[in-house]
Amino acid sequence: MEGVLHQVLSGIASGSIYASVALALVMIYQATHHVNFAQGEMATFSTYIALTLINFGIPYWIAFVLTVAVSFVIGMAIERVLMRPMMDAPVLSSVGVFVGLLLIVNACSGWFFDYTIKQFPTPFGNNPMWGGYISGHELGATGVTLVVLLAVYLFFRHTKLGLGMRAAAYNPVSARLVGINVGGMLALGWGLAAGIGAIAGMMIAPVVFLDPNMMGGILLYAFAGALLGGIDNPLGAVLGGFAVGVIENLGGAYIVGTELKLTLALVIIVAVVVVKPSGLLGRSVQSRV
Amino acid sequence: MQNERAMHGATGVKEPLSGGASFASPVSDVVAAESEATPFLPPGDSGSPADLETTARGSLGRGVWVIAAAVVVAAAVPALFFNGYHLFQLTMMVIYAIAILGLALLTGFNGQISLGHGAFYAIGAYTTAILMANWDVPYWATLPVAAVSCGIVGFLIGLPALRLGGLYLALTTFSLSVAIPQLLKYKLVSDWTGGVQGLVLDKPDAPFGLPMSGDQWLYLFTLGVGVVLFILAWNIVHGRVGRAMMAIRDHALAAEAMGINISMLKTRTFAVSAMFTGVAGALSAIAVQFVAPDSFGIFVSIFLFVGLVVGGVASIGGTILGALFVQFVPNLADSVSKAAPGAVYGALLIAVMFLMPEGAGGLILSLWRRVRR
Amino acid sequence: MPALLEARGLHAAYGETRVLHGIDFVVQEGGVSALLGANGAGKTTTLRAICGMVKTSGEIRLGGDRIDGKSADEVARRGVAHVPDGRGTFLELTVEENLRLGAYSRRDREVMADFERIFGYFPRLRERYKQQAGTLSGGEQQMLAIARALLLRPRLLLLDEPSFGLAPLIVQEIFAIMRRIREDERVSILLVEQNASLALDFAEHAYLLETGRIVVSGPAADIQKDESVRRSYLGY
Repeated sequence: MEGVLHQVLSGIASGSIYASVALALVMIYQATHHVNFAQGEMATFSTYIALTLINFGIPYWIAFVLTVAVSFVIGMAIERVLMRPMMDAPVLSSVGVFVGLLLIVNACSGWFFDYTIKQFPTPFGNNPMWGGYISGHELGATGVTLVVLLAVYLFFRHTKLGLGMRAAAYNPVSARLVGINVGGMLALGWGLAAGIGAIAGMMIAPVVFLDPNMMGGILLYAFAGALLGGIDNPLGAVLGGFAVGVIENLGGAYIVGTELKLTLALVIIVAVVVVKPSGLLGRSVQSRV
Repeated sequence: MQNERAMHGATGVKEPLSGGASFASPVSDVVAAESEATPFLPPGDSGSPADLETTARGSLGRGVWVIAAAVVVAAAVPALFFNGYHLFQLTMMVIYAIAILGLALLTGFNGQISLGHGAFYAIGAYTTAILMANWDVPYWATLPVAAVSCGIVGFLIGLPALRLGGLYLALTTFSLSVAIPQLLKYKLVSDWTGGVQGLVLDKPDAPFGLPMSGDQWLYLFTLGVGVVLFILAWNIVHGRVGRAMMAIRDHALAAEAMGINISMLKTRTFAVSAMFTGVAGALSAIAVQFVAPDSFGIFVSIFLFVGLVVGGVASIGGTILGALFVQFVPNLADSVSKAAPGAVYGALLIAVMFLMPEGAGGLILSLWRRVRR
Repeated sequence: MPALLEARGLHAAYGETRVLHGIDFVVQEGGVSALLGANGAGKTTTLRAICGMVKTSGEIRLGGDRIDGKSADEVARRGVAHVPDGRGTFLELTVEENLRLGAYSRRDREVMADFERIFGYFPRLRERYKQQAGTLSGGEQQMLAIARALLLRPRLLLLDEPSFGLAPLIVQEIFAIMRRIREDERVSILLVEQNASLALDFAEHAYLLETGRIVVSGPAADIQKDESVRRSYLGY
């Protein structure tokens, strides 16, 4: 029983990372109906920026904030330069551009910061907490991501800008007619997604160590989470991310063994896509016209 | 989204003229479908569909065959002059061309986007390696087995793929290729696959006492397999089946109305596509004499995709250009930096998407047609 | 009486398909103009042209300033509220959020007071306040669309077939409310309608469009009386 509790807690801890990345994916999907295959690589690159800042001697939390800000700007720039012309492109073109972006960002990580595996500091320490059920870093990282997720939720629910972003995502034509700058909202969404990804990267790096391919597997879990919850439903994607974390840990410990964790994510993806492509919480709007 | 569609729908009903977009598009789709039924014609080329048809079948068709024959003869020549590493590179290029050809059948001609063909490449390679290393099966006899096993897996993956729109399929196949190395390492199969260590194979010698080195023989053997597969693909694409494949890609509803069994054809295309790429993987195992899980990660799939896009997604000849690119650009770029190949691939991929969506193959062929006028 | 909206030589096209071939029309300050015509005459396109949703050439002036070539959101911020065909409801959002979006481009602090005034016209929206807009009936969605447009505090209101797809009783209700709005609010209206008699009753001035050209224009009352126009163009 204690084993199970331990697995559930570390499942929630890693699930919080998947939830963040899944949220970033869904935000972009909702607004553009594109899947950002480069989301993981962008987060990795951001994490390198953080490490560079920390190595300059900048205190951790200042580096943290700076990294989020820089990532936000990079995300907006990518939207402006690459995605704007792709707005109505066929799926193949958009997939091509995102894969190209993945390759370029991955190469940049290797080019600027080399391919050796690096340690990444944690501000929370690694002492066991709560009688050894969870490490200090796991607890801290989960706390940080929960705060971020809550902040994002409140932003979208209760601010005018958040409402404008949702309106632009749901119905760009009508959004323009009420005076919303839809292009600006998309850029903002990309910035937010990049910022959220950066936080996920900084929180997972102390656990898995930093190298240019760090987020490859995590992106897969995030896909699984996003699909499980519903790829057009941010709340669903977040819950899906947590669920995948717990399933992954329990499954890895008791069913398939740790060597097949990624395959477990693949199985979830295929299962959702075949059984219920809209996801468990994917909303279907009934319109009576 | 729904709302927007409702708006457009309403426009179409209320004002046929103002709904120009929705009314014109089916027409232009049909034109596009017809012109793309002959993939060597750039869309937007003038002339009626019937006109395009005869050109493709007649003069252009013959011209292409002559060129193809010349290319095959020219391709065999290096076997006489090169040896060792350079010949190995050429062998790999032919292998990539076959792998990309498989992807082209699926993505280019049938419109199903796969970011996971590295998985079939891996399955083909491992089938051959396991048969050769564990049961001493001769290398040539492993190819049909690899083809069949990949065909079966391809068919099975093609089944759920039926229900997936373009993006979901891309996402699922992407996930497949991320997960595949882990599957190959799995301890229950490691007795066969050699686990993390992989399997080492012997290089085949030239048969019948032919006076050539193993490398030279392997190159010619690979080239021979490649020629057979290219002719096969050419016939598929230019036959009735190919027309149906492209009809599904361009206008699924119209294709269904024409009596095409969409799901049957899509799963079969998936199977055939996987067979092609699987045979390429099998050949690569023989040529490299080694398989290991980590050489079949997501990047194999991505490189195949890059090769496909660079050559032109719906162009059989373009796959050779794509293979040339995938094989030799990294070598050139690698001398600059370890990161350079990825950067070059990525930049090129984006550039192609923006500047010439028909790929290099499409570009060259439209130039070729202009010259022939 | 000064013209609030004035179009001169307005052309519009979707890609290669030309829809408007140089039309002129005005909406007076505080007045109501109607655009009539058959399917495909270009009525909806005219509204879209005003809002920068299609490619145009020619002049469009709002209160004397050129607005042709401006983006849709810019035109909205200048005080043009467009209730598009299909109503443009944000189906996934609640009624409240839809209304808030109506006031999105406003900077003043009187939005809440306006909410109250608008519930005076549409009490049903108050009942549905927290409900998802996609669950409203067609008539309620039309009311929501008009309410959303009014919350912009527009100088000019563009209405695209408010009667479309609604039962006659609901249409009557909506037009009754529209009359009250016309009297109480200082807003000019450009109305597109298929139902010509309804529109001519409501408007002061009317333009009759046929395949992208204005064939008849004049005071609504005169057009209503002109039997030949009624018979050849309006079919009643």
